[in-house]
Amino acid sequence: MTISQERHVLVVFPHPDDEAFGVSGTITTHIKQGTPVTYACLTLGEMGRNLGNPPFATRESLPVIRKKELQASADAMGLTDLRMMGLRDKTIEFEDDEKMVGLMTDLIEELNPSKIITFYPDFAVHPDHEATARAVVRAVRRMTDRPTLHCVAFANNTLEVLGQPDIVYDIREVRDQKMNSMKAHISQTAWMLEEMEHKLQQGDTETENWLTKERFYNYRWHEDFEKSF
Amino acid sequence: MELVEVKKLQVELDAFAGRDVYLHLETTNGSYATHFNEGFFNAGAFIRNVVINYELGKVVGDSPHRVGLKLPHGWVYAQGITHYELDDQGRLLLAGHDGTGKLAVALQISETPFSY
Repeated sequence: MTISQERHVLVVFPHPDDEAFGVSGTITTHIKQGTPVTYACLTLGEMGRNLGNPPFATRESLPVIRKKELQASADAMGLTDLRMMGLRDKTIEFEDDEKMVGLMTDLIEELNPSKIITFYPDFAVHPDHEATARAVVRAVRRMTDRPTLHCVAFANNTLEVLGQPDIVYDIREVRDQKMNSMKAHISQTAWMLEEMEHKLQQGDTETENWLTKERFYNYRWHEDFEKSF
Repeated sequence: MELVEVKKLQVELDAFAGRDVYLHLETTNGSYATHFNEGFFNAGAFIRNVVINYELGKVVGDSPHRVGLKLPHGWVYAQGITHYELDDQGRLLLAGHDGTGKLAVALQISETPFSY
């Protein structure tokens, strides 16, 4: 499946590194194709648990580290419009829901994206992911001329309920950029990358597959996650 | 951060006693605990920038330690504390890091508010 030419792509996730694993290949490809991409990252992952033992950071110094990592990931993808939205990790679902929709609506009105990438509501595992997905879907739902909405889903019941992903992009050409985006978040990804390298060396096809393909679901407006808001 | 030495940490706790201090208290299993282990009951708590004034602070036990703060009308305590640091802003940061390097508990006090 080739990655479509777009007017503007808006990516909305709550944590530095959310972009790296699922969509950094897609972001890189859009940028290489000349499409402007904006990444709105809602928090700085202030509550990340990987602080090392012996610790390399404290609860208070972690955001400084993760902010630099986020910028490095953006650089790895060639992304120049990075927005840090200033919310606090693990609190998004407790923000006023209408305020969250407003935040998304403001971004959409400013950027006029033809495609938005976020998580799939109810299939996004982390409460911040879910709250982000809900806010984006609600903002887009209100639009008369809706952009394409590509959602990342990885809950354990995803395949069972949503079936196979609608969109599978081959991102082999930008594999290095994807790897560099993941490596940029080294404070949080070190152990995961180590495990991945090990699996790749053993010829694990699932891991290889994961590095060469990115998967999305079109948001199913006919099966909207809520009847009203 | 360095490993808790009870005597040294006790001195730091004493220094904050009887003063209004901002509290950060957190326990966590991580937001993915139930994703990786569906039977896991995920519980945690988080408080940030609540002002307390404790009359007595104590660190007790072998590592991982317990730390308790006695208030005029109540208590604050954390268990699982392994590391501490008096940071460059004079804030006393205590944390419990498990064997894989993940934070499980944090108890922090400061005379100025912690960031957002």
